[in-house]
Amino acid sequence: MIYFDNVSKIYNGSSPALEGVTLSIEPSEFVSIVGHSGAGKTTLLKMLLAEDRPTDGSVFFESTNIHNLNREGLNRLRRRIGMVFQDFRLLPNKTAYENIAFAMEAAGRNEEEIATDVPYVLDLVDLGDKIWNFPRELSGGEKQRVAIARAIVNQPDVVIADEPTGNLDPVSTFDIVQILKKINDLGTTVILATHNKGVIDSLGRRVITMDSGRVVRDDKTGRYAL
Amino acid sequence: MWWINAKRIIKYGSIGFIRNSFVSLSTILVMTITLFVIGSLIFIGAILTTTLNQVRDKVDVNVYFVTTAPEGNILSLKKSIEALPEVKSVEYISKEQALEAFRMRHQNDQLTLQALDELDENPLGASLSIRAKETSQYEGIAKFLESDAAVTAGETPIIEKINFFQNKAAIDRLTRVIDSSEQFGLAIIIFLLIASVMITLNTIRLAIYTARDEISVMKLVGAENSYVRGPFVFEGVLYGVVAGIVTLVLFYPLTLWLGPITEGFFNDINIFQYYLDNFGQIFLIIMGTGIFLGAVSSYLAVRRYLKV
Repeated sequence: MIYFDNVSKIYNGSSPALEGVTLSIEPSEFVSIVGHSGAGKTTLLKMLLAEDRPTDGSVFFESTNIHNLNREGLNRLRRRIGMVFQDFRLLPNKTAYENIAFAMEAAGRNEEEIATDVPYVLDLVDLGDKIWNFPRELSGGEKQRVAIARAIVNQPDVVIADEPTGNLDPVSTFDIVQILKKINDLGTTVILATHNKGVIDSLGRRVITMDSGRVVRDDKTGRYAL
Repeated sequence: MWWINAKRIIKYGSIGFIRNSFVSLSTILVMTITLFVIGSLIFIGAILTTTLNQVRDKVDVNVYFVTTAPEGNILSLKKSIEALPEVKSVEYISKEQALEAFRMRHQNDQLTLQALDELDENPLGASLSIRAKETSQYEGIAKFLESDAAVTAGETPIIEKINFFQNKAAIDRLTRVIDSSEQFGLAIIIFLLIASVMITLNTIRLAIYTARDEISVMKLVGAENSYVRGPFVFEGVLYGVVAGIVTLVLFYPLTLWLGPITEGFFNDINIFQYYLDNFGQIFLIIMGTGIFLGAVSSYLAVRRYLKV
């Protein structure tokens, strides 16, 4: 489904952020990408969203090279990918409901769908009672759950979570991981970048270990080993 | 689909306008100042134009004829002067009218009137008062009069004098003053216009700078550029509309207060009356500028952050 073909990225002549990365991710897989800060996890995910272009190599989503897409195609691709960030990136002036509704509107969904789907996903992440709260009125864990709800509301093929638990306490971390597992159980591919050992060990799924921009390990049922 | 998008853009533009009330307020304030400057320039321009026209109207060239000049010759000269393209109007003042005016002017001066009564005949000659379209054209008219054949009736010249040559220095200077004040006025208008437009542009850019993260998130959830930009442009239009209304309302008491003052000082223009008479036009200019400025500044400001 997703295929990285010998992808390298070099920023301004410094040492490479990615070097010859080749890997493929199957539909409905739950893949964790681990590594120290600066190992290239985030850069890898940016390549997948076409936020950044590789210096060398190509990235395929199904059979399309995503860096050959025009703007329209890119927008369509991004609607098939749900993103969750460490810093949540909710729109501060919109309520939980509106934040999620916005992603649906951007995808061109109509009002009826929005009115039924938004409360549904908020229930799914256990925030049915915070539907009209602004992000500033929510805790870190709650914000991240809103962000996940936003990521999954358009029923994407892939959810990418970049250090989603980096700013959270252990209890919230556990909640978030459970939600991601639930999403994966429903058939969505999940790519999780993290350096949280506890999270990885509790998952028992495929683990890709990165170091200095290279893939150094790729275990089917991995544990955190660095 | 198109209609749904338009509705959403209007909705989110309005919501942004209301929820970012402080940013909206400061942007409207800056924009009001800009529009106020533009409005003031309209008024200043009107005062300048009418004042200059008045001064221009006071300038004329008088041709004085000898007392023996036959009226027929004078009238035919008048005709040929009127045919000149530079001439705006020619007024004929007959000997009798000149005498009448002289008596009026000296009605409290018995000595002069007595001296006048001593004379058997009217000592005053007829004259033509000529106005040109432009002050710079008087010289050409004076030259024409000097060379024209109609100036002589038979052998003796009928023109006693043309006062252009006494007034030449004054007319030349006035021409220069009018030209340079028009240029100077235009330069100030352009300068103020550019300065205020730049300030507005920058203010809106700052307002949108605070929303740059928001824009990048919108792009990441796959929103079209036009869909991201729409609410911001609509918000900019709202800034323009509100600032325009505030400006137009502010001008009402201001011109009401300044009206009598300008009337006394520039004696032909009441700024309040001018505002009322030209309200439609001023409304269009102020509102149009506000809306245009708001929309274009927002459009340009958002464009920077759309390249994700």
